[in-house]
Amino acid sequence: MATRVDTLEPMPGPDAEPEGPPGRKLTPREWMRANLFGSKLDTVLTILFGLLLAWLAYRIGRFVFVDARWEIIERNITNLMVGAYPRDQIWRLWTALFVLAAFLGWGAGAMGMQRRQEVREGRARPMPKGGVRRLVPIILLVVVLLGFAQSLQALVLVVAIAAVGAAFNVIGRRTPERLWRYVPLIVLGGILIAFIVVTAFGGVGWSQWGGFLLTVFLAVSAILLSFPIGVLLALGRRSSLPVVRWVCITYIEFFRGVPLITILFLAFFMIGFILPEGVEPPSLVTRAIIGFTLFTCAYIAEIVRGGLQSVPAGQIEAAQALGLSPFRTTFRIVLPQALRAVIPGIVGQFISLFKDTSLVFILGLSELLAVAQNITKQPDFLAEGLYVETLIFASFVYWAGSYWMSRESQRLERRLGVGE
Amino acid sequence: MTAATHTTTRRPPFWRNIRVLRWTFQLVFLAAVVLFLLFLYSNVTYNLDRAGLPTGFSYLEQPAGFAIPDSDFRSSQALWEALLVGVQNTIKVALLGIVLATIIGVVVGVSRLSSNWLVRRAAALYVETFRNIPVLLIIIFWYLGVVIRLPPIREGVELLDMLAISNRGIVVPWFDKVGGAALFGIFALVGFAVAAGAWIWRTRRFDQTGQPHRRVLWSLGALLLILAIGFVLSGRPWTLDTPETGELSTSGGFRLAPEYAALLIALALYTASHIAEIVRGSILAVPRGQGEAADAVGLSGFQRLRFVVLPQAFRISVPPISNQYLNLTKNSSLGVAISYYEATKVTQVSIAQSAPAVQAILVLMGIYLVLSLSIAAVTNLFNRRLTLKGRR
Repeated sequence: MATRVDTLEPMPGPDAEPEGPPGRKLTPREWMRANLFGSKLDTVLTILFGLLLAWLAYRIGRFVFVDARWEIIERNITNLMVGAYPRDQIWRLWTALFVLAAFLGWGAGAMGMQRRQEVREGRARPMPKGGVRRLVPIILLVVVLLGFAQSLQALVLVVAIAAVGAAFNVIGRRTPERLWRYVPLIVLGGILIAFIVVTAFGGVGWSQWGGFLLTVFLAVSAILLSFPIGVLLALGRRSSLPVVRWVCITYIEFFRGVPLITILFLAFFMIGFILPEGVEPPSLVTRAIIGFTLFTCAYIAEIVRGGLQSVPAGQIEAAQALGLSPFRTTFRIVLPQALRAVIPGIVGQFISLFKDTSLVFILGLSELLAVAQNITKQPDFLAEGLYVETLIFASFVYWAGSYWMSRESQRLERRLGVGE
Repeated sequence: MTAATHTTTRRPPFWRNIRVLRWTFQLVFLAAVVLFLLFLYSNVTYNLDRAGLPTGFSYLEQPAGFAIPDSDFRSSQALWEALLVGVQNTIKVALLGIVLATIIGVVVGVSRLSSNWLVRRAAALYVETFRNIPVLLIIIFWYLGVVIRLPPIREGVELLDMLAISNRGIVVPWFDKVGGAALFGIFALVGFAVAAGAWIWRTRRFDQTGQPHRRVLWSLGALLLILAIGFVLSGRPWTLDTPETGELSTSGGFRLAPEYAALLIALALYTASHIAEIVRGSILAVPRGQGEAADAVGLSGFQRLRFVVLPQAFRISVPPISNQYLNLTKNSSLGVAISYYEATKVTQVSIAQSAPAVQAILVLMGIYLVLSLSIAAVTNLFNRRLTLKGRR
């Protein structure tokens, strides 16, 4: 494969362990022998690293639980989550979260059934077991956020949202089989409904969004917009028409060769010059979405190209032998197989994008990192210089999201058998 | 087949001729792209004109109007010279960052496969922490959270008179030229020639007799010996300049500006976490039989790694690691957030100083394209030399 997204595991090693003899559980003593004090060098390393890690844990633990002044986060938790979003409209966000929980819970349930069927029919491998442990980073994130919010209302609402999600998950498992193929469409529809709940009917346009809400919105909207463009670019790059191919290659290689920040500069500073006279330049958030989309679709194109290359030539020949038109060959035979193989790559790209949204801070948009910086300049905290506290909080939010997603993507990769 | 060629088929009408269709479609496509670009171009020139901004690139000759800290650049010099300083700063951070990231990344990647549980876990903790936090956040954290918070110069930390650390930067000892460098230069040339000769001699000897070649030891030893002799004979042309701390500033030595230090450390740590994963994946991708074979012929653990596993893993890991080098170079543009004057920051300041945004951004993109392409060219060349012959 030509490119790999930087958050993906570069090359999953051969994971099919040959089955050994039934293992005996080691006693703690034996385990320490084998894993910590195997040789002289091991013993030295263990002691050195033990001391180093203990010191680090002590310093970090002491900072987090004793020295840090977390009031700044507690007092600004709403700012960090939604930025300048009008406070009297926050009920819309909660409603949207309920809608999302319902649709995503239902979708997860239906997909789970679909997967189980595939495994039964021998078309896919069984899912690696994970259970509730899979959700640990997200649960940790919610607990920390609720801890800072210290609000009974928020706690009740979060519990209710989780309950709705779980209930719809159960419903999802009973979804009739004929609806399965529409699951992605229905979930997308759900996201759209949630979006309408927030913006339409006297709602709040996205130019007023901020904080973590803006971070997620930028990442989701950019990936949704880039996906179709990226697929078209990838098809164009593999086209037999030289002109189309070269235009696509130029686009892809240009946008992959320059840093994201220069593309955001382009979208922010240049858009006013590019538009014809009389057209109102779009809001800053819209410009950011345009910049991220221009950038991401080039990377998606390369990921999809890898997927296209993985489709055996025999598939295309078979389609031609059956007399399918080139259009139907592409959209009915090649793409469904290619896209299945690129799902982990797309998730990886989404993780990069989720982290990269922090760049709009440089351009003055108030997403999570920008809010975390700005609140240190509030009159109450100005003299304190509480950068470390706010930066650790922001890092934790980003970390929980990306770590959870990268874990899920590794699971997917293993299940789809990518790279084998 | 033969039947089809013999029957006289009527040629299809030209609008169903596949060659005509293909060319028409391509022409239409090209025309659409060109028209779209022309549309953009005319809008841009019109809007620039209306805003009273120049449409060409002559603005690069104008005085910059701003000075660049930690350099000799003055605000009366031309803008293109400012960009040149910016590019130098970009390269400065990218090159050293690549070296540091590679060293840390390889060490951590190998540690992730250590037989020692604690080492393995510590490496995993490092990788999973840094990989999942935005690089911009890491940069800002090192700047605001660490470098800026270092004690002021008066209370700065000094280690063995060699290293001075304070919030004005990190000062390391550096060489100071005294004189007689020309003679020393001749000695250096001779030294390199002898070292190369020793390398070739030992390699040939190894090929012929199978004795351990130890060519690194031989050539490095020869080089150092000749350099030492030359150093003394040419009258010690360099002295080590150690930092000396005054009341308000340090003198002597080589000073890493706080912004540079923060950006360098952050980029190296972030990229190293990605390189570590690549190294780990590449080592795992070496067939297990290779390691077992090394054990079977009685190689030690180190020898197994050095002569059997790592060379093969290295070959696998070159393309993805070169991709990380590209990422590091591109990510150095985030120095703009902590006012490190690399190419992006210079461009941003120049736009604020009324340089035309469109051209300035295009020039900036051009700079990064050239940098990316040069790194890609070097690593591709390297990769081609490494690829096993006859395996492609």
